[in-house]
Amino acid sequence: MTSAAVGAPGAGRRPVSGTVVAVYGAAVLLTAAGLGSTLWHGLADPRIALAFGVLIAVGELARWGALPGEREPAPVAAAGALAYALLGENAGQPVGHGVLQTVTVVLTAGLAGAVPHVARGRGPALDHMVRRVLTVGFAAFCFQPLYDSAGLRERFGAGPGYAMLLLLLLALTALCDAVLAALVLRARTRHPFGPLLRDELRALLHIGSAVCATGAVIALGVAVAGLWALPVFCVPLLLTQLSFRRYAAVRTTYRQTIASLARATEIAGYTPQGHARRVAELSLAVGRELGLSGPELTVLEYAALMHDIGQLSLVDPVPDGATALLPVAEQRRIALLGGAVVRQTGVPAAVAVVVERQADPYREQPMSARIVRAVNAYDDLAGECATASGPLSALERLRLGTAHDYQPEVVESLARVLSRGRSGPWSDGVTHG
Amino acid sequence: MRAIPVAARVCILGTALCAALCVHPALRPDTAWGVVSLLAALYAFCELPARCRYLGRSASGSAPVVAGSFFPVLLAAALLLPPAAAALVAVPGALLGRIDQRPRSARRIWRAAQLTIATWAAAWAQVVFGGPVALGGGGYGLTTPDFPYVLLPTGAAALAFCLVLSALDGCILVTAERLPLRTAWRGLLPRSLAPLGAHGLAGLMMAVLWRSPFGPLSALFVLLPMYISCWVFAQYHRERAAHQATIRALVQAVDIKDRYTRGHSERVGHASVLIAHELGMERERIEVLRFAGILHDVGKLGVPTRVLRKDGPLTPEERRVIELHPEYGHEMVRGIGFLGEARSAILHHHERLDGTGYPYGLAGQRIPEFARVVAVADAFDAMTSTRSYRRGRPVPTALAELERCAGTQFDPRMVRALARALDRHGWQTAVTSDEPAPPGPPPGPSPSASPAPSPARPAAAPPPVPAALPVSAAAGRGNVPPARTSGVGHVPHAARTARTGQSGRTGQSGRSERSGRGGGR
Repeated sequence: MTSAAVGAPGAGRRPVSGTVVAVYGAAVLLTAAGLGSTLWHGLADPRIALAFGVLIAVGELARWGALPGEREPAPVAAAGALAYALLGENAGQPVGHGVLQTVTVVLTAGLAGAVPHVARGRGPALDHMVRRVLTVGFAAFCFQPLYDSAGLRERFGAGPGYAMLLLLLLALTALCDAVLAALVLRARTRHPFGPLLRDELRALLHIGSAVCATGAVIALGVAVAGLWALPVFCVPLLLTQLSFRRYAAVRTTYRQTIASLARATEIAGYTPQGHARRVAELSLAVGRELGLSGPELTVLEYAALMHDIGQLSLVDPVPDGATALLPVAEQRRIALLGGAVVRQTGVPAAVAVVVERQADPYREQPMSARIVRAVNAYDDLAGECATASGPLSALERLRLGTAHDYQPEVVESLARVLSRGRSGPWSDGVTHG
Repeated sequence: MRAIPVAARVCILGTALCAALCVHPALRPDTAWGVVSLLAALYAFCELPARCRYLGRSASGSAPVVAGSFFPVLLAAALLLPPAAAALVAVPGALLGRIDQRPRSARRIWRAAQLTIATWAAAWAQVVFGGPVALGGGGYGLTTPDFPYVLLPTGAAALAFCLVLSALDGCILVTAERLPLRTAWRGLLPRSLAPLGAHGLAGLMMAVLWRSPFGPLSALFVLLPMYISCWVFAQYHRERAAHQATIRALVQAVDIKDRYTRGHSERVGHASVLIAHELGMERERIEVLRFAGILHDVGKLGVPTRVLRKDGPLTPEERRVIELHPEYGHEMVRGIGFLGEARSAILHHHERLDGTGYPYGLAGQRIPEFARVVAVADAFDAMTSTRSYRRGRPVPTALAELERCAGTQFDPRMVRALARALDRHGWQTAVTSDEPAPPGPPPGPSPSASPAPSPARPAAAPPPVPAALPVSAAAGRGNVPPARTSGVGHVPHAARTARTGQSGRTGQSGRSERSGRGGGR
């Protein structure tokens, strides 16, 4: 959730990596094979294909109003696609669409559903389409041959075992999807793979499991009750999606409010313009680099945004708001004042702890506080002399303080982020100065 | 702890008796005890996480799922079992579920009784519409669900469930909270109808899969999306509360700097809402206006603390700095998307109808509506609240003063609306900041908003009144209406700021200075 909101510095204009090429290549190959085979052999069970196609296309429409960074903007479409891949029977009659037709139908319906979005100038994210095709292909590859070999029907019949098997396949598929997503994200952002995968798996527990369960329910429901199951069985998932949307909306608002609270010190003239935002972005990048994920990153972001809030209690501003240059006792006092303000906001208590302890020696600090401390000091020092040598001498001074104040690992990570990012806080000074 | 009123006792007892009567016919050996116990265990299991904090809470400190969110199980029972047996399914789960408020045992009994009767009614409704046959129970040779038709008994069951729940909810609100009949029932049914429709369909899915060869296990898959949706809904509420706390923290940050006006922001928000209700605004706009009132002075964060706390007379330069606070405020909340119109209210709440206000000197209808509301509410509270140098004026005097300035400084429509609202609701000079946002839960996808026997809706509890207003105050600078000539002798600050309010030119120069500075940044 956090990952999408604040993009990695400098992501984008880099040569496309091998992973991405491989993933896209596989998707294109699969699509080509599917289209070719379907055109050659014609459509098996066109009624069912049409019904699922319509469901997927309509589900894609639910992308309207999706907030940026939403994990699964079209859950109904995803569930419909999975259900089609795992469909063995329709009202008791076996169906005969193979793997390739599954891919074709899912892709065509997805594209058809994307037409209105493209017309409005916002196409579906290509990554998303590619992942959908590969995931559905994987599920169908696991299920259809097994089912067609008839062994499945004899062994499990149509009993509880069959339902369990579907669930197992879906879990496998979801895992595969998470790994795929983390791989692509890693190739694009170069963040460490572990935390990315952890984030993906965590998202899987939320909307991902709802999508999988609905996919299984639709496949089973169609097997029992025929195509009528499609519209009926999608409703609970729509409800889930609605809940997620509202949750995402309130989270966005919340983040904006916290950013406003953080800007208060800037408007009051206590800190330089954009200081809180820069510290938050850099802290996030360093946090990711050091392997934090999910809720830890949220705490880090909020704490970094609000780390200077204690200065509001000062009658006179600190010169340039640079707390890193103050005596330690004064720094601690401001930190404690800030913690008191932060405790009044609704953020998790961990955020207040980070703000309170930001001026302590690093050995007594939690991880997030170490990051905030180092990054804040960097921004203060680099801002103090915003010349060509600013960032470098700032880093140098941080390195000198690693005995007591700043954790060496954090400082090195910060240096890596800065050297890689090129869009670090004072990068203009670096490149043009 | 309040004692339970006698009427409520009677109501609970009667309902419990009815519930016992509903369940009684099922207490025989030939009831399908296997299905009953499975479903009852399932329902109880679903309710448990809400009870046991460790199960429902993940490492990220998420909020537990609200109790009473698993109606699909009950509706599936209503579709699968005869009425009496279906009613039995609700009992263990309802008795085990978590209850937040006291008195716990009475609430527990009430909820169990209520859900039992509702499930029983749902089961009857679907039987009347031929549900057992349509579901493929074997009658008329039907062994698979008869699909479009089976939606009818399902709909009937969900509707009956919903009707009984809201009727009983209304009863307990009337007897226990002594709400008037109309308020008790208003909105109860429409609020719960849409979510229960979805729950009805989920119940149908469960019933269909339960009967199918895939067995009860596959029916569990249906519950997963429902469970996740309830979980997300609980997170949503937690996050919303946190957000409101943060807004309040913004206001408290102002209080840190400007101790003169503590509580002022909340009261202005409250008065703005009163005016908006009189003007007949929609609910969403009223909510935004409330935030506009609360945050109207947030820009004071940008004014140096020394100037805000200064006790002597202000120099023209300091006055100009104070008059920048609407622009600072606007700059601060610019990034908060949902505030919408409130942002313009924060920017323009010191404009005057005759065009001599600041920062832009807008006149008449060119001042945004919200800003005109907030201006009246702001002035009213500045006059009626007690400050260290003077007692608050009585409400009628303040109203008379507002009416005198209506047309030149204030929009007469807003002043009249405020007078009407005060006639109707009265005015407490202290409104606590802990008052929850709008009355009534938001229309949610979860039934948790509607069903739970919540005999203690916040509506009934009056907000606690702080013992005394902070008396450390001096003047609400910039909050005070002009023409304070009568009291100049003992209200030096007020008179001073009043004059600044009238000198529109200072505002203009303040703006140009500000824009010059802004360009430099």
